Amino acid sequence: MSKVFGSGNTACAMAVKDADVDFVAAYPITPQTAVAEKIAAYIAQGIMDANYLPVESEHSAASAIAAASAVGARVFTATASQGLLYMHEILHYAAGGRLPLVMANVNRAVNMPWCLYADHQDAVSQRDTGWIQLFAASNQEIYDSILLAFKVAEEVQIPVMINYDGFLVSHSMMPFETLDENKIKEYLPPYDPSWRLHPQWGGTFGNVTFSEQYVPYRESLTRDVKRAGELIIRCAREFEELTGRWHGGYFDVYRPEDASFFLLSMGSMGKEMELAVDLLRQEGIPAAGLRLRVFCPFPKEELSALLPTGTNLLVFDRNLVYGSAAGVLLQESRAALYDRRDEIRIAGISVGLGGEDLPASLLADKAREMIQEVKK
Amino acid sequence: MDKKIVQPISRPVQGACGVTGTWRSQRPILDTSLCNGCLICWLYCPEAAISREDRDIDFTYCKGCGICAVECGKKAIRMVKEEIK
Repeated sequence: MSKVFGSGNTACAMAVKDADVDFVAAYPITPQTAVAEKIAAYIAQGIMDANYLPVESEHSAASAIAAASAVGARVFTATASQGLLYMHEILHYAAGGRLPLVMANVNRAVNMPWCLYADHQDAVSQRDTGWIQLFAASNQEIYDSILLAFKVAEEVQIPVMINYDGFLVSHSMMPFETLDENKIKEYLPPYDPSWRLHPQWGGTFGNVTFSEQYVPYRESLTRDVKRAGELIIRCAREFEELTGRWHGGYFDVYRPEDASFFLLSMGSMGKEMELAVDLLRQEGIPAAGLRLRVFCPFPKEELSALLPTGTNLLVFDRNLVYGSAAGVLLQESRAALYDRRDEIRIAGISVGLGGEDLPASLLADKAREMIQEVKK
Repeated sequence: MDKKIVQPISRPVQGACGVTGTWRSQRPILDTSLCNGCLICWLYCPEAAISREDRDIDFTYCKGCGICAVECGKKAIRMVKEEIK
């Protein structure tokens, strides 16, 4: 184990190096660029034994790692914003194909107008592709989540996307600890697929189906995405036993004692929210922070279990569902808590779009406004 | 890995789509007097229903597509309507 002082992108690239990845294809895009550069440098310097394919686009990057995964390689790519949108078609391919791809998505606003800064619109737009999506809020959490992502993806054969906020996390320098090779081997054994495309195997992948075959594939994928939630928590617990590091389960819960206002958010905003909770608590407002770590599968039951009867949920979305009150988290929360609509009041806003600065004082102001709304 | 995971992979087995000979609406007839044994028909047959040794056609799997008749340089194969017996 060594201690590193580096950026979120460095933590990501180091985790990929340490995870014994066989094949990487990536196309540079702000604010992900350093990930693609660092991994290429590790391989060029001979400190990482993998093949790196410099591709001409994100669509090709996703296609290449999907194909490499089908021949049995442990694979990785990283992207952001428009790059993720360009991969969209292949995201469906990979999830439907049950290929354990791992990708880092450095959350960035989508065009137009052109914008480079933190925003979750890119990731939430991929909600319905069948990918597991995790959100990390610190460089340590990125490093640990990449290792966890490979373990989860390979066990349940569903691709995993690790999200972290552009610049706010990707370019922030923080100390983080890596993991010794023997401990990584214990946690993440070499990838041993049950099948791989190979001339001697003689099988094919992704054949044409009629509805009677197609439906079982879709039903099994949605069932397995749902049950991947428990697997994520189990793998996080295993990681904690091995390293002592724990970033939260489905949620990173902050000061839930006697709380009546739960402030739900994702990514770096969830960490800043802890300071907002402190501000509100100083005023005697019983607030708590819920930083969602597992966006897909959305933990409906677990969210409900965190909220006692008579409490209020205040949702902070860093994305928009156009024409609705706020974003995807508000919609998911309302759906999750519909059966308890007489017990729990919900309010939501979209903030921080395009990297809008979100100091704790602003988040506390927004929370106070929403508290007035739910009290009506 | 969980073996219950449904994956879109397929392994070849003989007759996985049924016996393709049942699809046939016309059958190839080889005129051995015109055939020079170039094996173009054997090469092109998608069902591998033509024998390399004697150009004998296996009608259990010949689906009557007619590719062999089109490709034959000597026009030694003609397609005739399949009669239901």
